[in-house]
Amino acid sequence: MSDLTTEQAIPVRIPTPLRGLTGNKDLVSVRGSTIGELLEDLQTQFPGIGERLFDQTGALRRFVAIYVNGEDIRFLQDQKTPVCSEDEVSIVPAVAGG
Amino acid sequence: MQTQFFAHLRCRECGRLYPKEAIHVCEWDFGPLEAIYDYEAIRRHVSRKRIESRAPTMWRYREFLPLEGEPSVGTQVGFTPLVRSERLAKALGVREAYVKNDTVNYPTLSFKDRVVAISLSRAKEMGFTTVACASTGNLANSVAANAASAGLESYVLIPSDLEASKVLGSLVYGTRVVGIRGPYDKVNRLCSEIAGKYQWAFVNVNLRPYYAEGSKTMGFEIAEQLGWRLPAHTVIPMASGSLLTKIAKSYQEMIDTELVEKAPFAIYGAQATGCNPISDAFRKGTELVQPVPKPQTIAKSLAIGTPADGYYAIQTMRKSGGAAEDASDEELLEGIRLLAETTGIFAETAGGVTVACARKLIASGKIPKDGTVVLCITGHGLKTAEVLTGVLAPPRVIEPSLREFDRLVSSDLAHASIPAKMET
Repeated sequence: MSDLTTEQAIPVRIPTPLRGLTGNKDLVSVRGSTIGELLEDLQTQFPGIGERLFDQTGALRRFVAIYVNGEDIRFLQDQKTPVCSEDEVSIVPAVAGG
Repeated sequence: MQTQFFAHLRCRECGRLYPKEAIHVCEWDFGPLEAIYDYEAIRRHVSRKRIESRAPTMWRYREFLPLEGEPSVGTQVGFTPLVRSERLAKALGVREAYVKNDTVNYPTLSFKDRVVAISLSRAKEMGFTTVACASTGNLANSVAANAASAGLESYVLIPSDLEASKVLGSLVYGTRVVGIRGPYDKVNRLCSEIAGKYQWAFVNVNLRPYYAEGSKTMGFEIAEQLGWRLPAHTVIPMASGSLLTKIAKSYQEMIDTELVEKAPFAIYGAQATGCNPISDAFRKGTELVQPVPKPQTIAKSLAIGTPADGYYAIQTMRKSGGAAEDASDEELLEGIRLLAETTGIFAETAGGVTVACARKLIASGKIPKDGTVVLCITGHGLKTAEVLTGVLAPPRVIEPSLREFDRLVSSDLAHASIPAKMET
């Protein structure tokens, strides 16, 4: 933890469909100061996860939802949403409920 | 016997096939998994006569439902009345109007008994002993009741501010009711995370591909009750949008298996104005559903700000030549009264939304005035009766005196609010 302001380790919850790529771990630790940076580090640590989360245009897939402390990032600042080590970040399949 | 018809699960986005397990999203693109059948085998096996010979429940269409064996939960569910009402047609300004009356579905008075019957039957088949759901109330009631009768353990998670009747209507069955602070979408998100951790059958999460298929039975019944023909116009309330897509699927399946003649069927979706992500996107001509962060409507059973099937609902309405509409709280309250006063059917707030939107769709010419329209009324009014407090005039109270009663009737006659007909 050389630089606490930009390089914090943040726990991210991994949904069942992605656990095959994280060694079956449901919680992983990634670094970054925004959601976008976290997702980049996630792809570096776990190759293959990127193409599951993003479509060919580089946008988050229609059925992928990301939450910070239970709040949908679309209601925050999308991938620019800032995060710190106290935050709880979750990747959740959007197809549920109703 | 079911195995020969229910083939597998398939991703709606990329078409990858999956085994018939307790999974609901594609590992590759997170797309929803859907039950796929051998329609050629179904076509050879079913006939109008064979279906008509079966008990009047949703299970008379069992070939189109994703079970391996026979149903074990909710065996009495479905086959609710399809009511033709000239008085409603006149009030709506349309030639012919029908109500598909799921306010009297068994056992918990909403269409959710259909999706719960299939998902709990499937849960038992797969060996689950605990079932659960994220719910705006009706689903919780149905999971709680059907789990109780089947001897399954259950957890139901609901927004903490639901109507009192919907909370009591879950608690009474001895289920574990957990209220979550926040709107339904947060309950839903939490349930997705719980489902990834606990080995439970979450009917509308990991069992969603099975659950959602139950809604098709509402469409099968409508067509059979119309004399094996498809209605030209069907108005359906939208929360996640799933019911709408599944009713359209049922109509198409009946065409594909030659149970009905091929005919155009337009599908219309109804939302509350205070939570209208799907109708708003439809109106704007986009398929991009903008989520609603804080739904504000008394139609709580439709208050889903991030509708899982919004995208598909829009496609279904467009492809079928239908449309979307939404109704304000005031309009939906009028809708509840209009339906009650013309048909004798007391619908919950979602039903008021459906009636109000049908009225607007007819008035704007989107549903032609010379057409036949079916309104899908999905839940009973006693579940949300509190919204009528202060809306309906309270009963007049008199002494137990004939003189006082005579005075009351005379006053009514003077205002011509009842027919002038008295015993003499």
